[in-house]
Amino acid sequence: MIVLAAVFNLNHPAHTVDWHFIHLSVANVVVIGLMFVVFALAIALPFPGAERRRRALK
Amino acid sequence: MSVAEPAGVEPQASAVERKHESWTARVREAAVDALPPEKLLPDGQPTYVASWIYLFGVASIASLVVIIASGSILALKGPAWWHFTGVGHFFNSIHLWAVELFFFVMVVHLWGKYWVAAWRGGRVRVWITGAIIFLIAIPTALTGYVSQQNFDAQWISTQAKDALNSVGVGAFFNVTNFGQMYSWHVLLFPLAVVALVAGHVLLVRTHGVVPPFELQKRLELAGARAGDPSAGAGAGGRDGGGGGGA
Repeated sequence: MIVLAAVFNLNHPAHTVDWHFIHLSVANVVVIGLMFVVFALAIALPFPGAERRRRALK
Repeated sequence: MSVAEPAGVEPQASAVERKHESWTARVREAAVDALPPEKLLPDGQPTYVASWIYLFGVASIASLVVIIASGSILALKGPAWWHFTGVGHFFNSIHLWAVELFFFVMVVHLWGKYWVAAWRGGRVRVWITGAIIFLIAIPTALTGYVSQQNFDAQWISTQAKDALNSVGVGAFFNVTNFGQMYSWHVLLFPLAVVALVAGHVLLVRTHGVVPPFELQKRLELAGARAGDPSAGAGAGGRDGGGGGGA
């Protein structure tokens, strides 16, 4: 039987980020960071066709 | 065969009276007044909606559809199937990752709406229903994690019971009771989430998508005060289109 290994070694307790009362797993910190990145990109990146629609209204 | 009405009698009067006596007619008229078909299913959106940040609401709904569909299949087949077959593992994973995506895009949607103060213009019920959906989605996910029927579920439920006991709800919301948690997870919480999402969307359709702050006008006002009439040029266009209403 072929057993595929996980990409990361999962055979240990989760790594955590600790700062005062804040106690987060690294996995959750990564997800929260990604949410900030996606939020910033959603605001910053131009939407296809948006400028054309705005120009057409002027 | 038609019968001629006597002179001086309004032929439709009795029909109109009957219609207003009927609660179904009154409900229909109120519904059409509040949400006429062109607002319920619009074929265009205001110009300011052409931004990636406005996509996260519909992305949340798309994730919810996948969650409901995969969850329905898991409910049909049962724990032995989702633990011990390849296809079962696949649908279990689809269900899990759709939930992860649901929370991810819902939080970005929440941030996007918070920073445009989406409760403006009579939209407070839109904001409140969205907040309640978020709060109900959390125990919906928790009851799913404790319904897995594995060691992970046991670990999560024994950790969660202490929190729930500490706030005094453990007696009637027992996370170590699989039957109770599974019922909440597959019926009561999804029913609440789906009903609230439907209401949330109908409220958005009623009030329109919240527009951005009137950046152009504020820049022009600031420019007028500083004596520069050209100030604010180039910042316009985002409020164009209308249709959503403020």
